[in-house]
Amino acid sequence: MSAATVKRPSGTAAIASLGLAILFVLSLFVGVGDMPLGRLLSDADALELLLVSRLPRTLAAILAGAGLAIAGLIMQTLARNRYVEPSTAGTAQSAELGILLATLLWPSASLALKSLAAGAAALLGTSVFLMTAHRLPPTQPFLVPLFGLVYGGVIGAAVTFIGWQADLLQYLAVWTNGDFSGVLRGRYELLWIGALMVAVAWFIADRLTIMTLGRDASVGLGLDYARMMQLGLLIVSIVSALGVVVVGMIPFVGLVVPNIVSRLMGDNLRGTLPVVALSGAALVLGCDILGRLIRYPYEIPVGTVMGVVGGFLFLWLLFRRPSHA
Amino acid sequence: MIRIENVSFRHGPTNILHDISLTIPKGGITALVGPNGAGKSSLLSLISRLQTLQEGSITIDGLPVDTTPNRQLAKVIAILRQDSIVASRLRVHELVGFGRFPHGRGRLTEEDRAIVGQSLQQFDLADLADRFIETLSGGQRQRALVAMAFCQGTDYLLLDEPLNNLDMYYARELMRSLRAIADEKGKTIVIVLHDINQAGAYADRIVAMKDGRLIADGAPAELLNTDILESVFGFRMPVEVVDGKPVALHFR
Ligand SMILES: Nc1ncnc2c1ncn2[C@@H]1O[C@H](COP(=O)(O)OP(=O)(O)OP(=O)(O)O)[C@@H](O)[C@H]1O
Ligand SMILES: [Mg+2]
Repeated sequence: MSAATVKRPSGTAAIASLGLAILFVLSLFVGVGDMPLGRLLSDADALELLLVSRLPRTLAAILAGAGLAIAGLIMQTLARNRYVEPSTAGTAQSAELGILLATLLWPSASLALKSLAAGAAALLGTSVFLMTAHRLPPTQPFLVPLFGLVYGGVIGAAVTFIGWQADLLQYLAVWTNGDFSGVLRGRYELLWIGALMVAVAWFIADRLTIMTLGRDASVGLGLDYARMMQLGLLIVSIVSALGVVVVGMIPFVGLVVPNIVSRLMGDNLRGTLPVVALSGAALVLGCDILGRLIRYPYEIPVGTVMGVVGGFLFLWLLFRRPSHA
Repeated sequence: MIRIENVSFRHGPTNILHDISLTIPKGGITALVGPNGAGKSSLLSLISRLQTLQEGSITIDGLPVDTTPNRQLAKVIAILRQDSIVASRLRVHELVGFGRFPHGRGRLTEEDRAIVGQSLQQFDLADLADRFIETLSGGQRQRALVAMAFCQGTDYLLLDEPLNNLDMYYARELMRSLRAIADEKGKTIVIVLHDINQAGAYADRIVAMKDGRLIADGAPAELLNTDILESVFGFRMPVEVVDGKPVALHFR
């Protein structure tokens, strides 16, 4: 990598924006259903397809991707461990449990209310994870993600068990495997709340960076560590719950994107946070486009594509030595 | 002025500090010495409100450390902990810049940048400013952390073993910098030192701790004395006068 592009955050941000813009345009024109550019303005059906389906789907992928990448970044900050993210540490599974219970106990509840239940459950589940994570010995950093996997696995198993008992397994598949094919106008707008959370995260970027220095350094610099912890938890929970409810769980985004950006640019979040959000959006949108193309005219859900792409990215991260810029 | 009154501190069943009372006037360097486990770091943690006060009271310029808002204290006192680890990938100038956080709570102003520049200069870090902390040597990292604490611009500076990892050259440089900061800017510096001769050469006052108690307190000339040092460290060392200053031959 050239030192020039890496040293200037604005340069990297520009590259990420450009990539996202290209994918955005591509996404509007890829998929089942013809949409020739020339006929767009004259053909009412094509325009309708664009506004009702393609544009909402594209926006949903961007919002979900940016939100999940930021949620992963914040989770890593709060846990002070680079190898955790909402989908591997119980947050997403707790959100599933929340929405499952809401669906069981109150079937007629609106999507917004179910999201609220998912959010509350995610908050609870993540708090328990973090409280435990902070008690684990810091000399063994891999205990934290390991504990997260077990913890998430246990909650996930409970979700499956309840879903199976209640005959709701087909619903579960919707939440546990991310898929944008069902996104239409009017069915994804809750995700904009996630965009709001990303904005909040950017606003508190300096504080989050200080938090990575640990509790003592934070307190020494006059930060209300407990309050920041709560705020971070809230952001992670809201973003993850919305993701699960609206499109379903998408793995690896929150793990690989912040790690790659950290390798390239460091951890000063004031500069890197926008790049993390843009790259997360581009990665998820890219995987969704890939899912539409691989078995055209059939679709592969984005959660599945990301499982493969993200998995390879993660392995690459693990095996490539960190570069010391 | 830092006023410590009847402070005791315990971790579970073990008493770590016993009824400590100590007044540190404004200005000058106070060195805190004592064997491992004496309670020096614990005392500094209590003064800098990193540990919650259990018994007794501590005030800094009249501000009680347990009830004064954290934000306000961050502009009055800065601490360098003994075991600071920087796990995140930050560049030296970024880390030092976070020392300014208590003042603007966010973006650095021109004035902040000037102070960051000064701090980098003061601790000979200008050439390393763009390096990631993780790529520095132990001593370079230690200097970056001291610079960050200094950059906070507080009247009171607590440094827990800042000479860790420093070579002779930089240990001397750091002590001279601290002396200059205390003399020219009127800062109050409390520093934990294991090298009794550094304390003798640069501090205005030496406070010795052992087993959670204060056992000696005085100017270097009084404290560097074979009997007193034996009561603190548990072995006899000759003390010679060189150039009018006492030097403990602890290595003999
Ligand atoms: N978290 C803890 N739990 C139990 N005991 C502790 C804890 N932290 C410190 N102690 C004990 O408190 C005593 C004082 O520790 P402290 O770190 O203040 O000593 P110190 O004078 O700074 O020593 P050193 O020169 O080794 O840094 C020690 O006996 C230590 O074992
Ligand atoms: Mg100590």
